[in-house]
Amino acid sequence: MEFLSYLINGISMGSIYAIIALGYTMVYGIAKMLNFAHGDVIMVGGYVSFYATSYATAQLLGEDPSAMAVGMATLVSVLLAMLVCTVLGVIIEGLAYRPLRQAGSLAVLITAIGVSYFLQNAAQLLFGANPKNFTPVVGGQLTFFDGQLRISYVALLTVVACVVIMVGLTVFTGQSKMGKAMRACSEDKGAAQLMGINVNRTISMTFAIGSALAAIAGVLLCSYSPVLKPTTGSMPGIKAFTAAVFGGIGSIPGAFLGGLLLGIIEAIAQAYISTQLSNAILFAVLIVVLLVKPSGLLGKYVPEKV
Amino acid sequence: MKEKKKSTGGLGNYFKRMKTATKVDYATYVGVILAFIVVTICQSQGLLNRSMTGMLVPICCYVCMAVSLNLTVGVLGELSLGHAGFMSVGVFSGIITSMSLQSTISSELLRLVIALVVGAIFAAIVGFIVGVPVLRLRGDYLAIVTLAFGEIIKDIINCLLVGYDEKGLHIALNIDGKKTIQSLGLSEDGFAIIKGAQGAAGNERIATFTAGFVLVMITLIVVLNLMRSRTGRAIMSIRDNRIAAESVGINVTKYKLIAFVTSAALAGAAGALFGLNYSSVTAAQFDFNTSILVLVYVVLGGLGNIWGSVVATVVLYVLPEALRGMDQLRMLVYAIVLILVMLATNNPVLQGFMDRIGEKFKRQPRKAAAQKGGASHE
Repeated sequence: MEFLSYLINGISMGSIYAIIALGYTMVYGIAKMLNFAHGDVIMVGGYVSFYATSYATAQLLGEDPSAMAVGMATLVSVLLAMLVCTVLGVIIEGLAYRPLRQAGSLAVLITAIGVSYFLQNAAQLLFGANPKNFTPVVGGQLTFFDGQLRISYVALLTVVACVVIMVGLTVFTGQSKMGKAMRACSEDKGAAQLMGINVNRTISMTFAIGSALAAIAGVLLCSYSPVLKPTTGSMPGIKAFTAAVFGGIGSIPGAFLGGLLLGIIEAIAQAYISTQLSNAILFAVLIVVLLVKPSGLLGKYVPEKV
Repeated sequence: MKEKKKSTGGLGNYFKRMKTATKVDYATYVGVILAFIVVTICQSQGLLNRSMTGMLVPICCYVCMAVSLNLTVGVLGELSLGHAGFMSVGVFSGIITSMSLQSTISSELLRLVIALVVGAIFAAIVGFIVGVPVLRLRGDYLAIVTLAFGEIIKDIINCLLVGYDEKGLHIALNIDGKKTIQSLGLSEDGFAIIKGAQGAAGNERIATFTAGFVLVMITLIVVLNLMRSRTGRAIMSIRDNRIAAESVGINVTKYKLIAFVTSAALAGAAGALFGLNYSSVTAAQFDFNTSILVLVYVVLGGLGNIWGSVVATVVLYVLPEALRGMDQLRMLVYAIVLILVMLATNNPVLQGFMDRIGEKFKRQPRKAAAQKGGASHE
C-alpha cells in the first residue's frame, strides 16, 4: 500500500515533468535549440495565476463565494496565465532568438541563459524574493482502503491534464496543417521554406504552444508544492529537460514517457534509498540509459553521414 | 643563411618571423604578468578597497576555470555543463588535504601547493571516470550528461562527512540523512572538516593573490602549449571533423580524454585555491549555475580564444560588482548586457562592419611593406 502511494506520487509529479518536457521537446525538435528560459516561463505562469486568484478572492468574490464562482475564478486565472505566458514566449522568441537563427548553437544557448537570468531577476524585482503561498487549484482528496491510500484531486487533475495534452499534441502535429508545417521545419528548414511554409511563423507558433504548456505546468507545479519563488522553475526545468533527453529529445511520446519515468524513479528513490541522493540517483539512471541507448528511449538514431 | 639573418635582423626580425599564434600567446603571458604587477603595485599603495582585494583570488580561480573550460568547449568542441563539479572536487579535496596536514607541515605555502596538486589529481581522476563513458556521446546528449554528473558530484559531497584526528581521516557518507558528525567517532583532539550540507567551515584562509597569479600562469602555459603541440592539433582536428580525423588514424577517444582530463585537473586546482580562500564553503555553491557562469565567460571571450577567456572573465566578474550602486537592478542589467552582447556579436551587419575595419588595419602595414620592398628593388 505504501508502495502504491509512492507510485501515485511519482506518477503525478512525473506528469508535471512530462508537461514541461513536452514544451522543451517541441522547441528543440523545431528550433534545434535548448531553451533554458523555459523553466522560468513556468515560474511566470505560477505568479500570474497566483495574483489573478488572490485578486479575485479579495475583490471580486464576496464573503462566502459559491463553489461555482471559485471554480470559475480559478479557471480564468489559469487561462490568463496561459495567455500571458504565450505572449511572453512569442516576445522572447522574436526579440532574443530570431536574430540568432543563423548563429551557432552555443550563442543561442547563452542568450537563452541570459533570458533566464532576466526573467528570474525581473520576477524578483516585481514580486519580491519572499516565497508566496500558492493555494492549490483544487483541494481535497480521494480516500481508499480506510484512509491507507490517499489520492489528491490535484494529482488526478495533473495526470488527466498530461494525458490530454499529450494526445492533443500528437493529433495536432500529425493532422493539422500547422502541425505538418512544424514537422517539415524540423526535418529541413530550407526545403520547408521552398514549399511555401513560413518558417518564422511556425517557430513562433511552437514557442506559443510550449509557453502555454509551461503556464499549465506552472499552475500544477505550484498546486503540488505550494511555494512560489523567482527560482521555482529552474530545478523542475532542468529535470524536465533531462526527461526530454531521457525519452529521446524531439519525440512527443518520448517526452511523456521520460517525464513519467523520471517522476516515478524520483519518488521511489526518495522513499526507499535516500532523500538527499534522490537527484543523484535520478541523474545516474539517466546516464546509464543514455550510455546504452545514446538517442534516448524513443529517439530516432540518426547515423552520421560523411 | 640562418645565422646571417639573425645577426643582421636582431630581435625585431625574430618577432617578424614568429607565427601570429605564437605572438598572441606571448602577448597573453605578458598581459597577465603586467596586470599582476599593476595590481600588486596598486595594492601596496593602498589604492584598492576591501571588496576589490577580496575579488583578486576568486578572479584568478575563475580565469583558470574559464581557460580550462575553453579547452573542452572551444578546442575540443564538446559542450560541458558540469565544469563546476570538477571545481567542487578540487575545493573539498584541497580543503581536506590542507586541514589534515595542518599539524605535520607548518609552512602555509607548502601546504597550499600540496593542496592544489591533490585537488588537481582528484579532479583528474573524477574527470577520467566521467570522461570514459561520457565522451562516447555527442552534442546535446553529452551536454546533458555532463550536467547530470555535475549535479551528482554536488549531491554526493552534500552527504559527505569528513573528520580528522590523530588516527587519520574519518569519512562517512550520510545516505539516510540520520548521521551527524558525531557518528564519525572522532577522538577528543579530532575536528570535523566537512559537515555534509553545511559544507566545510572554519578553514584556514591560506590562498594568496600571488598563488592565484602563478596558477593562472601555469594554466595558460599548459593550455597554450597543449594547443600548439601535435596533441593539440589532433584535438582540434577532432573538433573540426571527427570522421576525417578518425580516417587519418587519430585515436579520437584518447585525444578527447587528454583534453577532458587536463581541463578537469586544472579546474580542480582552481577549485582548491578557491576553497582555501574562504573560511567556509558549501557544495551547493558549485552547482549548475556556476558551470553556466564559467561557460558564459568562455563563449563571450570567444571559443578557442584563450586571451579572450581571460579578459571576459575579469570583465564579467567585476561587472556585477561595479553595478553594485544600482543595487537590485544589477543582475537585471547583467542579464540584458549578456543578451545584447550575444545579439550584437552575431549580427551579420555588425560583423561585416567589424571585418571591414579589421581588414583596413591589416592591409595598411602590408601595403607599406610592399612599397618598401618595391623601393629597395629599384
